[in-house]
Amino acid sequence: MTTADVASRRTVAPRPFGRALAHTGVLTRRNLLANVRLRDVLLLSAIQPIIFMVMFLYVFGGAIETALPPAAGGSYVNWLIPGILAQFAVFGASTTAYGLHNDRISGVIDRFRSLPMARSAVLAGRTLADLTRSGVILLLQLGVGILLGFRWQTGSLAVLAGISLALAFGYACSWVMATLGLAVRNTEAIQAAVYSVVFPFTLVSSVFLPTQTMPGWLQAFAEHQPITVVANALRGLMLGPEALPPGSSVAGQALLAIAWTAAIVAVFVPLAVRAYRRSVS
Amino acid sequence: MEQIITVQGVVKRFGRGVRALDGLSLDIPAGIIYGLLGPNGAGKTTLIRILATLLSADEGVVRVAGLDVRRQAEAVRARIGLAGQYAAVDGHLTGRENIEMVGRLYGLSRRQARARTSVVLDRIGVGEAAHRQVRTYSGGMRRRVDLAASLVGRPQVLFLDEPTTGVDPASRREVWDLIRDLVDGGTTVVLTTQYLDEADQLAGLIGVINHGRLVSEGTPEQLKSHTGPAVLELSIPDSQQDAAMRALGQIAPAAYERHRGTLVLPAADGVATLQHALRALDAAAITPTDVGLHRPTLDDVFLALTRTDSIDGYLNDPAGATL
Repeated sequence: MTTADVASRRTVAPRPFGRALAHTGVLTRRNLLANVRLRDVLLLSAIQPIIFMVMFLYVFGGAIETALPPAAGGSYVNWLIPGILAQFAVFGASTTAYGLHNDRISGVIDRFRSLPMARSAVLAGRTLADLTRSGVILLLQLGVGILLGFRWQTGSLAVLAGISLALAFGYACSWVMATLGLAVRNTEAIQAAVYSVVFPFTLVSSVFLPTQTMPGWLQAFAEHQPITVVANALRGLMLGPEALPPGSSVAGQALLAIAWTAAIVAVFVPLAVRAYRRSVS
Repeated sequence: MEQIITVQGVVKRFGRGVRALDGLSLDIPAGIIYGLLGPNGAGKTTLIRILATLLSADEGVVRVAGLDVRRQAEAVRARIGLAGQYAAVDGHLTGRENIEMVGRLYGLSRRQARARTSVVLDRIGVGEAAHRQVRTYSGGMRRRVDLAASLVGRPQVLFLDEPTTGVDPASRREVWDLIRDLVDGGTTVVLTTQYLDEADQLAGLIGVINHGRLVSEGTPEQLKSHTGPAVLELSIPDSQQDAAMRALGQIAPAAYERHRGTLVLPAADGVATLQHALRALDAAAITPTDVGLHRPTLDDVFLALTRTDSIDGYLNDPAGATL
């Protein structure tokens, strides 16, 4: 017994934080390599958001141009791109649900849980890899947007702040998706669960259309839900204050978006950790 | 012999009232291959998961390498390796990268992980393929990489949950050889299997589990001795099954039907039992379509032990059957 105690003290790393960091690095790399090495996955996950963007641009564009605020410069593409970036933050985060689900059903999470490793590394490594992936795709979307005519109306610092905000919000959403991906056991059910979060929140928002034409009850939700807040903040940062609903300021919307991001993290990190602890099949 | 694993009165419930483990107790001595044998749903995998710190027991005491799996889980994890029912390797990583990654998660430095990976790669013999992505591997090779990953941390105890499920027969032998080598190197192996020949081939000690309890335990030879020196198999036409069971019941109360049309009974006196059986059938005007007398396989033992209605016939006292 005494020898075992001495031995256990030796094997448990003296620097838990350093160990957690090292293990998170190992797993982030593992998850990123899946994106890089599985070429069809990489290609499709880059192409799909761009197809969506082009589709929305040309399907909705003509019908909407007249209803746009003047800050959009009379072009739907200027209105759409910041919204699309906010929308993709959520779509991109759904990868986290599928990634963790696949790791669970393939037995990888069982293996991780049987190893003397930092418990936090599995979720941290997954969400950080997905954040990196979202960052790459988001920049790609912005690039294609520029090719299609998007022009920001503010300074590059404000645009950079907008991109960071979109990624931070996406990272927060990753934890919502992590919770879903671990709590829902069945593969088809996960897809349904992800869609039933992603579609209402992205469609009932200001992402594609200004919210004024929606019925009152829906408008109340659409105007205050987090994706609209983030889309507004991005529009403010990329197009200037005239792009915002009357009575709101760029700084106000940005702070509100940060508050939402922080609130989602505060609620869903503990929930995801709990779901991970219970995730043994 | 030193016990490396002690399980006492373990109960694990799932959902409402389902007892996956129902007061299971067993001891496993160090340095052997211990085979957990049982049908689907017997509780084998649940037990492995509790031993490997993935699940905690609702009741009872479980110690691995002298440590309590609940209170000293982290220290237990540093001493065990686990290869689950599916090869938990990443298709997009090479064989080497998979093993190195697990090495790093065992707490090895990058250099240590690399060196240790070379050692276990030599052992599993995937050769040049170690540099290819695992998704190009055959099922047998994936298993071997999975095994190698579970070895990279030099575990004292290795848990293998159905190590050859879904592996073709040729690769099965390779996996068996690998497992035998491990025990020669001092590792204790606990494996679950539904394949009776696998337990027979590998295990020094076998625990038969059914309904969450240990039904019997012993060496393969000891278990086989439950059925006596021989087993008699008789093929009987369907219409005469019941009559045949009645006729045979007088000489061997533990006769049972294995598949449709085949009756099996222990032949304590070998050929003499065969003669008795044929005479009894003849008296009932039943002619078997086929007759066989063979040394009992674990299959026979297993069916005998896990058939609830015949256990009493075979073993007057199931607890006393533990050897």
